[in-house]
Amino acid sequence: MSQSQQSEPRSGSVDGPADAVIQFRNVNLQVNQKSLVEGLAFEVLRGETLVLLGRSGSGKTTTLKLINRLLDPTNGEVCVEGTSTRSWNPIELRRHIGYVIQDTGLFPHFTVERNIAVVPRLKGWPENRTRERVRELLQLVGLDPGMFANRYPRELSGGQRQRVGVARALAADPPIVLMDEPFGALDPLTRAELQREFAALTKRLNKTIVFVTHDIREAYTLASRIGLFKDGHLIELDTPDRFASSMDAEAQAFNKSIE
Amino acid sequence: MKLIDYLVQNRSEVLQLTLEHLFLVLVATGSASLIGIPVGIILTRRTSLAKPVLAIANVLQTIPSLALFGFLIPVLGPYGIGRVPAIIALFLYSLLPIIRNTFTGVNGVDPAVREAARGMGMTDWQMLTQVELPLALNVIVAGVRVATVISVGTATIAAAIGAGGLGTYIFRGLRTVDRTLILAGAVPAAAMALLADLALGSLERILSPGSGGTIINRRRWVVGLGALVIIAGLVAYFNVGVATSGARIVVGSKDFTESRILSEIVAQTIENGTDIKVEQATELSGDLCHRELVAGQIDMYVEYTGTAFTAILKHPPISDPRTVYDQVKTDYASLFKLEWLQPLGFNNTFAILVRGDDARRLGLKNISDAARYAVNWRAGFGQDFMSRKDGYPGFVQTYGLRFSEPPREMDLSLSYQALANHQVDLIAGNSTDGLIEKLGLVQLEDDRHYFPPYEAAPIIRRDTLDRYPQVGDAVNRLARRITNEEMRKLNYAVDAEKRDVKVVVNEFLSK
Repeated sequence: MSQSQQSEPRSGSVDGPADAVIQFRNVNLQVNQKSLVEGLAFEVLRGETLVLLGRSGSGKTTTLKLINRLLDPTNGEVCVEGTSTRSWNPIELRRHIGYVIQDTGLFPHFTVERNIAVVPRLKGWPENRTRERVRELLQLVGLDPGMFANRYPRELSGGQRQRVGVARALAADPPIVLMDEPFGALDPLTRAELQREFAALTKRLNKTIVFVTHDIREAYTLASRIGLFKDGHLIELDTPDRFASSMDAEAQAFNKSIE
Repeated sequence: MKLIDYLVQNRSEVLQLTLEHLFLVLVATGSASLIGIPVGIILTRRTSLAKPVLAIANVLQTIPSLALFGFLIPVLGPYGIGRVPAIIALFLYSLLPIIRNTFTGVNGVDPAVREAARGMGMTDWQMLTQVELPLALNVIVAGVRVATVISVGTATIAAAIGAGGLGTYIFRGLRTVDRTLILAGAVPAAAMALLADLALGSLERILSPGSGGTIINRRRWVVGLGALVIIAGLVAYFNVGVATSGARIVVGSKDFTESRILSEIVAQTIENGTDIKVEQATELSGDLCHRELVAGQIDMYVEYTGTAFTAILKHPPISDPRTVYDQVKTDYASLFKLEWLQPLGFNNTFAILVRGDDARRLGLKNISDAARYAVNWRAGFGQDFMSRKDGYPGFVQTYGLRFSEPPREMDLSLSYQALANHQVDLIAGNSTDGLIEKLGLVQLEDDRHYFPPYEAAPIIRRDTLDRYPQVGDAVNRLARRITNEEMRKLNYAVDAEKRDVKVVVNEFLSK
């Protein structure tokens, strides 16, 4: 992949506020006359964990895919590192952003080691640096490299697979990580364990994280801010403290569910 | 057990036919894979094309194979017979399973895996080569497997258009009602299909993403594939090698015993009398011999004057042998640039037959002699004789024949037995049929020259004759050398005694 001039802007040299990594500017997306998201206008700040909360079909996942350009807005624009996603080379943009999905999407024909090494190898890292990085990441997500590096995904438990999924997203050290209900399919105990570890991890890593969930507990565990989606609109965006006392009916419905 | 004996005795021919069969199948499915897999991949990228393309491939699949072969003959002109149309037909049949399985295999990759691949920044090509194809490989191989098994079966039918292969035995066996021969073609073909199915089936399992296929298994597979490619290469080399080494001509034969014997006689005569190598293209049905000769795929074959006169030149039947021969010789030279050599001697026409003891007792020599006894006789005729223009109606009219009851219509081969068993008293057989000798029958002479002549004579391409004039000289030494009686004996030796054509002909020529 050739690297075009505009495709790798330096972080910091941006035209918006210095600490806004992702900006939504009045974004709409319609597919077949149906509006999936409408009037999105918000920013994601450097180093924060923004949790997008909402019911199924409320537009959270769509919003996430607008960031790494798996979808393009119908109107408005999404800026990453100050540059509109339309001006980014999509391949470069995606290699700049880590991505974890609920079903992990681990490649079943690759070992754990090769799964984690995908993006570094796409980026052409030297082989010994890639190997070193894989070991480092396995340890980071709590898996013994000696035991797990050569296993295939089918030989892992659900929780282990998600750990590998997280390690894979972090492999090339992207400044931004998008996570789409990564822990949604796990049993409650494993989920709580992973949430705790992940919360600790994000503090150390200083990544900008956008995290989609329908689980309000998860939102409180991880979020520096919570954005609430309803019917394709972002109806509330605030810190967990203020979200807890929100007067909004949907926010109250979510809060009530954990009393 | 007869089958095993046969296969062992004819092992070099069995091997040759098996290799030919394998060659057809490998070339056809190989090229269908080379085309079909990329087409299937393109369809996953241009889904609007998927429906029409799969529909076309589906329609191709439903065309009966004989119809497809028949259709390809005029379309391909000079290449309309032999390996080329066979491979094209097998190729077309192989396309559907390969395209369809590639398409469904690639589309069947877990959407989550695909989304992850895109989300990580793989280009379309990287996604295809690193994710989709490896995961779809077992489904694609399953398609190739289906195509291969279909091809092994269909390739047997390709023998009908002179493509060789194990179908040669099946057709030969069907014609001579020889179950051993049918099995000699069918059993190896079925074994080949089963082996291909097993081999590709195990490859499919090794390649399936959840299989844990070991390195050793894969390595064994690479070795196996390599061996197959080498075999195909050897077969191809062998075929090309024959085609390019030294002076060589090809003699064709039709799909019945007598024609096969005659091509063997011509071939051995040429090889004995010149230093030219002869190849034979056997089992050419209908007018394929003529077409191949005109197209230059074969150099010569033995034809019957009557067949050339009525079936190919479409003249109405006449009965003078000299006139017929002169006419076909002139017409063939001007229309097709083909030369008729000297007739071999015998005349394979309808033979009016009676029992030998009747003939001796009543002193019968010709048909007119028999006319006065016929009112007390019963006659049995084959369906062909009853329906042909030059058959029954003109026959009874010419000789003023009346029988005691209307003639019985029966299968030709049964009519011989019926005559011998006194169920009928007169039949119309073929004058060179080996059974005439065997059953002690006598052919009555056609003293009013009612039946058109079917004299056998070799035809050769003029350019071949110009290049190798010694071939014409050698073959003309056979002129008038084979009598009706000798032809009957040869037919009998091969058809009834099941003796090898080459040996029988060698004995005949040594006399």
